[in-house]
Amino acid sequence: MNLTIYLEIFGGTSLSNDKDSVISLTGAKKYFGAVHALEDGQIDLFAGEAHALVGENGAGKSTLVKIFAGLHRPDSGSLKFDGNEVFFNSPRDAIEAGVAVIYQEPTLFPDLTVAENIFMERQPQRSFRRIDYRSMNKAARVIFSRLEVDLDPTRLALGLSIAEQQIVEIAKALSLEARVIIMDEPTAALSSVEVHRLFRVAETLKNSGVAILFISHRLDEVFTLCERVTVMRDGRFVLTTMSSETNEDALVRAMVGRDVERRSDQIRGIDLKPLLEVEHLTLEGLFADISFTVAAGEVVALSGLVGAGRSEVATAIFGVRRYDYGSVKVGGKALKRGSPSSAMAAGIGLVPEDRRLQGLVMEQSIARNIAMGSFKSLKRKGLIRSLTETRFAADWSVKLQIKYGNLGNSVSTLSGGNQQKVVLAKWMSRSPKVLIVDEPTRGIDIGTKAEVHRLILELAKSGVAVLVISSELPEVLNLADRILVMREGRLVAEFDHKGATEEAIIAAATLSKEVKAA
Amino acid sequence: MTLIEQNSQSNPSNSGSSVELVPSGASKFTSLVFRAREFGIFGILFIFVLLTTAIKPRFLAGQNIKFILIDTTIFALLALGETMVVVSKNVDLSIGSILGLSAFVSSNLYQQFHHVSIVFVFAVGIGIGLVLGVVNGVLIAFGRVPSLVVTLASLYIFRGLDVLIVGGRQVVASSLPSNFLSVTSASFGAIPIISIVVAIVVFGGAYYLKNYRSGRDLYAIGSSEQAAGLVGIPIAKRVFTAFAISGAIAGLAGVIWASYYGTIDSTAGTGYEFTVVTAVVVGGVAIFGGSGSAIGAAIGALLLNTINSSLYVLGVSAFWDQAISGLLLILAIALDRGIGLYLAKSLRKRSSRVAS
Repeated sequence: MNLTIYLEIFGGTSLSNDKDSVISLTGAKKYFGAVHALEDGQIDLFAGEAHALVGENGAGKSTLVKIFAGLHRPDSGSLKFDGNEVFFNSPRDAIEAGVAVIYQEPTLFPDLTVAENIFMERQPQRSFRRIDYRSMNKAARVIFSRLEVDLDPTRLALGLSIAEQQIVEIAKALSLEARVIIMDEPTAALSSVEVHRLFRVAETLKNSGVAILFISHRLDEVFTLCERVTVMRDGRFVLTTMSSETNEDALVRAMVGRDVERRSDQIRGIDLKPLLEVEHLTLEGLFADISFTVAAGEVVALSGLVGAGRSEVATAIFGVRRYDYGSVKVGGKALKRGSPSSAMAAGIGLVPEDRRLQGLVMEQSIARNIAMGSFKSLKRKGLIRSLTETRFAADWSVKLQIKYGNLGNSVSTLSGGNQQKVVLAKWMSRSPKVLIVDEPTRGIDIGTKAEVHRLILELAKSGVAVLVISSELPEVLNLADRILVMREGRLVAEFDHKGATEEAIIAAATLSKEVKAA
Repeated sequence: MTLIEQNSQSNPSNSGSSVELVPSGASKFTSLVFRAREFGIFGILFIFVLLTTAIKPRFLAGQNIKFILIDTTIFALLALGETMVVVSKNVDLSIGSILGLSAFVSSNLYQQFHHVSIVFVFAVGIGIGLVLGVVNGVLIAFGRVPSLVVTLASLYIFRGLDVLIVGGRQVVASSLPSNFLSVTSASFGAIPIISIVVAIVVFGGAYYLKNYRSGRDLYAIGSSEQAAGLVGIPIAKRVFTAFAISGAIAGLAGVIWASYYGTIDSTAGTGYEFTVVTAVVVGGVAIFGGSGSAIGAAIGALLLNTINSSLYVLGVSAFWDQAISGLLLILAIALDRGIGLYLAKSLRKRSSRVAS
């Protein structure tokens, strides 16, 4: 690799330095149908340096990573490696060029040893093409000592913590002589001790001249590890700066920086008698000491980063997941722990995060899916006539303006937005007292999104207590009367409708310091 | 290499401050359990042999040991092929039917022709197994049909084919030449020569699975097909080969079966697949793929056959033999499942980032 060409990407701004650019992406665009995942992807990685990429959910970070990993080809733009234009058509191309990606949850062979995981398909061989286990284990040891990590190459990968699995992936990358290592939210599932350990490994990598792209939602980590930061927003490059020349507040402003649509009507908080009461809910390893209430007619949003434990709390309230301690009450009556039927009997409905897997029976008809939650009230003499079912479904389809060809068609024929409306219809038709909606508008076009928002607000006006979980801040700000923020399994902040800003919510969800309610 | 020096310079107290990834209690626990399983198998074996011999000393007579060993030989051979299939997270239920077809067609050659070479008889048996294994392999590896479904179907189809070919006929020992019968009757002391040969084959197979990339590929596929795809393992090719070999081995076992029993009709080998799968799992091959060895599977076969024989010698009803096999199977699977749950739990606690 003596062919290193110095590149001045930023046109002689203060960013140019004496380091060599290893890989750079400029003007990258990527569309999926009508969705613009990436409008202007731009980043430049230097040898021996960690470069952070930050932005909200949906800013285009993952798309950019997938371009580097060879999983996506950009529709336009240029990717340069050592100053030469390159095209990655497959993950294999990227690996051969020397780009390795460490994902949040690595894919290892649990039943094979750590050394085998590193050298699979590339095991050193001795006479008669037999695998040379001794030199394989030795090579693994050399890599681990280079990483200053004490991991036994001969142990099974089974039972390795996620942090250890990531170390194995990094070792694999080093055995491939990777010069660029991309870490896609590696710390999201790690404890603080493990994060510390990972950073030590990353420092070692930097010292040996590897270029690191580090993606994280935690800004404190960005400042600890990275020399350079790039901010993206809505698929566009916003800025690149040396981390010594900026601060957390400035980054948060750059990440948000757009006008926010606000709900005009005031909080309907006259009769604020809590309907749903959650007290000290704890599930070891996932969330701890969660207490909050939702009143009838109120919309409360549970905000925070992906992986903060929001969906886990929702499923625990609904009884799908057993919690260790705490209680859930509806109208003052405690629910049986770990019993969805008890939750449903008390009037709780859950519109789950993944509608295809959890919310719908994809092969069944639209009518069946809508009526599914109301079989008890629809049956006559123990039987349900399909005419009753269809009429019932037709009623609700009109109310929710579901666009369909035929109610007898399978629900998989609908668009994502209309599928979501079917799930909503299923629960609304049960006239719930409490409705929990998890990521109600993920992957839905803007028009339908507004309709879903309207439905949720109407439901609240009719006296339902609504708990919304959403990663989209504009949605949270638009819908919620109160906003609760979770970080790492705990409630860390609460805002009312007036006091909340995107900046404050992001700060509470990402920063390590405690943020008090505004 | 310069990197290491560089690092140890920048970090003089390397051993003291190096990042410590403590070998978790979980891994010690698993290795303990794996050892416990081997001890367990030999322990049960020992108890059965001891008790049976105490009651009926003829259990350890040379002739009885020979019977146990030859039965074990056939099952251990079948278990070698089954191990290759099971470690890749598949299963081959058709081996009993393949054995039956191979046993009849190969030994029937002696009734149809006057001068048949024994090499040719073996080649025909193995060839039949290979062809049937290839049929399974194509459907499973390239047709992407689950192996449970394919081999359950071929269990019946191959058996039906056997019945069609055999009809009401049978091959009798008197029609078989002495050199063919001596394949299983020749012995070295109480140990049949064929058992020694098969032991070598099983060790060879286990060595191949452990020491060759293509062998490790089968474990990798069984461990995580997704990860196998990511590192570029030719999954379909490997799975296909495993089924072809399993079929060929069942064909070979059929010829040995014919030589041992001498009387072959259309029921030969019926139900063997379940005994073999039991032996494989009891012997430590994970039913969900990824781990275990052919030697362990052979030991499992030895255990099952010893129990079978000791109950027979003791005059206990055959029902108990099956009940005990079933019990061992459940024990083996519960053990694997227990390890998995234990690890999952300890992992959740350890990697928890929730401050408490």
